Amino acid sequence: MIIPTENPNGAEISRRDILKSGAALATITLAPGVTLMAFGGKAKAAGDDGLKPNARWGLLIDAAKCPEDCSACVSACSTEQGWENNGLSTDPQWIRKVTLREKETGRTNSLPVMCQHCEAPPCVDVCPTGASFKREDGIVLVNRHTCIGCRYCMMACPFKARSFVAEPVTGQRTSTPRGKGTVEGCNLCVHKIDRGDGTTACVEACTATGNNAMMFGDLNDPESEIAKAVSTYASVELRADLGLNLGVRYQNI
Amino acid sequence: MERIVYRELRSTPKVWGVMALCAAFVGAAGIEVFYVEKYGSIITGLNNQIVWGIPHVFAIFLIIAASGALNVSSIGSVFGKMAYKPVARLANLLAISLLMGGLAVLVLDLGRPDRLIMAMYTYNFTSIFAWNILLYSGFMGVVGIYLYTLMARGVDPRALKAASLLAFVWRLALTTGTGSIFGWLVARTAYDSAIMAPMFIAMSFSFGMAMFMLVMILTTSITRRVYSPELRTRQARLLGVFVAAVLYFVIVHHLSNIYLAKKTAYESWILLNGGIYTWLFWVGQILIGGILPMILLFHPKIDTKKGYVLLAALLVVIGGFAQLYVIIIGGQAFPLDIFPGFEVSSSFSDGVINEYSPTLGEFMLGFGGIALALMIAGLGMKFLRIVPDNLSDDNVDPAALAD
Repeated sequence: MIIPTENPNGAEISRRDILKSGAALATITLAPGVTLMAFGGKAKAAGDDGLKPNARWGLLIDAAKCPEDCSACVSACSTEQGWENNGLSTDPQWIRKVTLREKETGRTNSLPVMCQHCEAPPCVDVCPTGASFKREDGIVLVNRHTCIGCRYCMMACPFKARSFVAEPVTGQRTSTPRGKGTVEGCNLCVHKIDRGDGTTACVEACTATGNNAMMFGDLNDPESEIAKAVSTYASVELRADLGLNLGVRYQNI
Repeated sequence: MERIVYRELRSTPKVWGVMALCAAFVGAAGIEVFYVEKYGSIITGLNNQIVWGIPHVFAIFLIIAASGALNVSSIGSVFGKMAYKPVARLANLLAISLLMGGLAVLVLDLGRPDRLIMAMYTYNFTSIFAWNILLYSGFMGVVGIYLYTLMARGVDPRALKAASLLAFVWRLALTTGTGSIFGWLVARTAYDSAIMAPMFIAMSFSFGMAMFMLVMILTTSITRRVYSPELRTRQARLLGVFVAAVLYFVIVHHLSNIYLAKKTAYESWILLNGGIYTWLFWVGQILIGGILPMILLFHPKIDTKKGYVLLAALLVVIGGFAQLYVIIIGGQAFPLDIFPGFEVSSSFSDGVINEYSPTLGEFMLGFGGIALALMIAGLGMKFLRIVPDNLSDDNVDPAALAD
């Protein structure tokens, strides 16, 4: 299954483009002085920033291979990105293990949940400063320089994928800047992708356990393992009813 | 009938006493802001599940009350009810000051209030928050111009009419924006409904009128001025209608949700099993904020019962806070339905009702916002000719009252 990139040649108009046009029109009407801001520069074409052209990075998670008592992916993410969860409700958690029990049948299941890297991310739509943004290759990130800590993205995210940094941060990784008063979440190990590792910390850890429940790759590359897997076997996205087209897909939920 | 005379408030110990009290609350809020800035939100009741707390309840109350307070003025200028004209200046001043108080709380509750400048020049136009930044700042400008046309001599009545109409339309847009902050959140069962915008408009009419009447009663009693019982009664009856309108929207909202199978779990929780939220809904919002004020406001002897009006306005405000608490905190407390058909558990509060215990500091910040709004309004009344000096029944046009 091939998942299209966001409006690569500008031929189609997306929901966000329509919203933007409406906002621009409203701005012309309401506040002529700031109209110019509505028409920011055109988004860079994929590849301009050294990114893989037309890539849509994603994950495929097989719940049938994910043991309930394993949390290697969570530990690996914590170590790689430098966040720590000690069980307090204020502690960050970029990725978590969720245990499911089907109400009607009693069947139980376990799987990791993290930022789903939506094609139409609600967090990006609601962010007033544009700090929540999506790269051309589909990775949804928070720019800590422009995040003002309003937490509207946390209200908007259907997956509880984001955390708010509630206290001063120590021991930051050079690859993962963090800061008190800003919001953070799974960045799909963007630093590893950009340096060509071709995988994420959680997938590496999952593979090392031998469970092989997680797969990383380019959903838009027909030759990639993940694209072949999703085109061959049934997989679903969470809250498919919302029509967000997620970068993370699940099997055997 | 005399000509209405507006006068600055006199410097009396009572006036300065109220100001000093407000300043003390603002100072207390400042202390809270300082400590949260230093230590982070860890010292508040907020966590990763309840990300908007008590300060947001206060901020949003003040913001929607601001647009509602302006209505008192619009009724006179836009809808031609001359009886409301003498209090139009105060309504405009209160609209600006309540909005300032609300925005102060909202801004100081940010994780990075020091980076607020970002919101001034990096706009994301798909965000209703970014729209609101324009709507809020524009509101102050538009209401300021409207206030000028009310106060300046020799202003063309057509300019006054145009300014008042613009302010009225702007305030409708503003409250639509505020309601849509919640209405456009598809992720959460409690929100995700277009009815949020008109319901917030009805709430603004109600809370704004109640706040206006409280300020009017307080100001006229400490300055020994007259609040025309005729006008007071008219406003009381209108407040009763607004309270009924809010109840109508609340009923439609909940009935619609109950009809949708995917929302019945949320409805049975908030209406029956939600603990503090259920209690606040039925006792705070419906009884104290709805039924009791309506009984008082539609009382046949309301015209002679100043105490009833005062009590009813207070109850509407208390009920308003309860309603916003239920909407804002209750809406976040109910778990997200990420896996329909499954019971879920995790180390990140999946599948459980989220806990929130507001701290005293958060209340201090919220009350600081109210105090700041009253202080700005008080200073405005002290130094500008805002409040009528002789608003007795004799000076309210009887023909206007009859319509």
